Amino acid sequence: MSDQHTEIDAHSGVETTGHTWDGIQELNNPLPRWWLIVWYISIAWAFIYIVLMPAIPALPGFGGTNTPGLLGQSDRTSVSEQVATMKAERGVASQRLMAASLTEIQNDLNLQQFAMAMGESAFGDNCATCHGSGGRGAKGYPMLADDVWLWSGTLEGIEQTVRHGIRHEGDDATRFSAMPAFGRDKLLMSSEIDDLVQHVLSFSGRDTDASAAAEGSTIFALQCATCHGANAKGDRNIGAPDLTDAEWIFGGEPADIAATIANARNAHMPAWQGRLDDPTIKALALYVHSLGGGE
Amino acid sequence: MDHVANPPKAPNPPPAAPSLYERRKQIYPKLAHGKFRMVKWVVMALTLGVYYIVPWIRWPRGEGIPDQAVLADFAGEKFYFFFITIWPQEIFYLAGLLIVATFGLFLVTSLLGRVWCGYTCPQTVWTDLYIWVERAFEGDRAARMRLDKAPWSPNKAARKIGKHIVWLIIAFLTGGALILYWHDAPTIARTFFTGQAPLTAYFFAGMLTLTTYFLAGWMREQVCTYMCPWPRIQGALTDEYALNVTYRYDRGEPRGPLRKEQGFEGRGDCIDCKQCVQVCPMGIDIRDGAQLECIHCALCIDACDDIMTRVGRPTGLIAYDTDLAVATRAAGGNPVYKLLRTRTVLYAVLMVAISALILVGLAKEPTFEINVLKDRSPPFVQLANGDVRNGYTLKLVNKATTARDTMVSISGLPGAEFEIIGLSKPDGTQEMELPLEQYGVDRFRLLVTAPGASLPHRSSLDITVLDPMTGESHTSSAAFMTAGAK
Repeated sequence: MSDQHTEIDAHSGVETTGHTWDGIQELNNPLPRWWLIVWYISIAWAFIYIVLMPAIPALPGFGGTNTPGLLGQSDRTSVSEQVATMKAERGVASQRLMAASLTEIQNDLNLQQFAMAMGESAFGDNCATCHGSGGRGAKGYPMLADDVWLWSGTLEGIEQTVRHGIRHEGDDATRFSAMPAFGRDKLLMSSEIDDLVQHVLSFSGRDTDASAAAEGSTIFALQCATCHGANAKGDRNIGAPDLTDAEWIFGGEPADIAATIANARNAHMPAWQGRLDDPTIKALALYVHSLGGGE
Repeated sequence: MDHVANPPKAPNPPPAAPSLYERRKQIYPKLAHGKFRMVKWVVMALTLGVYYIVPWIRWPRGEGIPDQAVLADFAGEKFYFFFITIWPQEIFYLAGLLIVATFGLFLVTSLLGRVWCGYTCPQTVWTDLYIWVERAFEGDRAARMRLDKAPWSPNKAARKIGKHIVWLIIAFLTGGALILYWHDAPTIARTFFTGQAPLTAYFFAGMLTLTTYFLAGWMREQVCTYMCPWPRIQGALTDEYALNVTYRYDRGEPRGPLRKEQGFEGRGDCIDCKQCVQVCPMGIDIRDGAQLECIHCALCIDACDDIMTRVGRPTGLIAYDTDLAVATRAAGGNPVYKLLRTRTVLYAVLMVAISALILVGLAKEPTFEINVLKDRSPPFVQLANGDVRNGYTLKLVNKATTARDTMVSISGLPGAEFEIIGLSKPDGTQEMELPLEQYGVDRFRLLVTAPGASLPHRSSLDITVLDPMTGESHTSSAAFMTAGAK
């Protein structure tokens, strides 16, 4: 190969590498000068970068972390600085938000609009995963934009729910109630549950098997009326849902209702106190309240 | 493995490979004298004057609103142009303005060729200015060529350095003046030098300084020839009737040096003095016909007219003319000029029509506006009693410089009730008061509830906002969705 190295391609006048494939020669064109210059600059820049910026990981003598670099650049530090700046910028309005009661905020258009903007973004980050954008809800996750409230739809009530969650372990103020799993725990037989379903369907005015519903009504009075009420209107204080309306968090089909009676649902929502700061929780309460007009 | 029968290649010496790169040939445009040169000086003074003076014009608009006549206020999200204020909702006016400008460009190009390139393009104006500076330091064409060939000397260095310093000052004034258009001019002119101006101001001033210096000082005609798309577009806009700077070969040829004893019998008027080439800032010969590089600055007309006068021939050997007319005359015919053509009429009509649309829109400019955005998630909400509720965001733009109270009402949906979050409506009334802050955009959340059973999947309602003081009212319709049949 070495003796062929200086071979010149007759057509282009360029030196070849001596490599030939199917009669095609590889030309040994020099690299463009601008490319070489950029390449050398890049190499020099790499050394400058190593000195200035965090670069080499796990060198002995650096406590297992990377070399810090002369500029002391750190993404973690800059993020926490940005968060601090953002908090400081929001500070004035946040303090006004904290000082005012929820009703006062609602009556102050400026403060209300600030809270709404803050609540909207916090809702999107934290709540929409389950409750859907705009609070549209999903099976098992309550719709927040309607006028049906399981626990409370007042500003204070919503704030308490956001702050302490539902059935959240380790929070004494959390909203709590437990429906028995009538089927799983053998409190009712399968046929009794079927009768009960027929009775529950009759609350919302749907066609039912009359004789089964009559059987079910006895069971309802014995087992269910304590919490859901004799008229099945539910009880807000213990989060027992109204069974007479068109809203079914876990589905209103007979099979859904049977599954709910058999296994109970007792869904959870985390407490947000401690995860979100107070102004954000307050803004969230206002935002959720505004979705459907609250109570 | 030779599938293609190539002719045997010649061995040594290998033919020199054609270079893919050609060095720029330095152009030394000579100063022309004449009416087109004068027009260009005047246009330069006007365009530069407009550019530097406009940001300083004040136009009081009211308390708390910028008083700069022409301002692109990005922070406040508004464009100001004397009596016109463009809000973000009306950005289409700017699109309309660009369309009018485009048709304007089309129109003048189809009438008079590249007059934009030759007289008013910033690249032309600033290059002209830079060449004027160059001439002031280094002399005219011959002197500049001599200076460039001469070895380095204190004199040469002083002239070159002086030229570049003045170029850089002009470049900085150019870039610096641009930022006056998007900040309050007196403020930014002060804070720029005290270091308090925003970073973007320094960035754009710096960028425009560098581009001006390099494009007008160093690159010049290469910008027009290689970078600008306009010479390419022009081919689609011009036709045989467009007036271009044209060498009238019917009169000029056969060309040849002038001999005193010979006179002009039996020969063309062109005496091949090459004055047209020497004054050309693009370094071309107009006698080669229409060319991509030619910016139609008409300086060759001045140069040629000057010579024609001196040799006692009529002027206009190079003139605004058409190739068609020249060819017709060469064939002994009588040329026809058509300024009114389908193309030019269409451009003019479109320009007028779009301008009229914009002016009508601006004349009817409302003092407030309503935009309704319907909630998409959830599209509707089923209430416990069977009613259906839809949510909307109302965006109200108040262009007045005072706050005002408007009345909002809905119509077109039987049995519908509405509420606005954060505002209480007295029971039993069909409208409610909506306070608008001065000169800004207010957002309200509107909930409309209607008996769901009777409504189809999609119906519509009208939301009306009325200013009881002025009687001005605006209505926007929005969809109302239910679970009903489609």
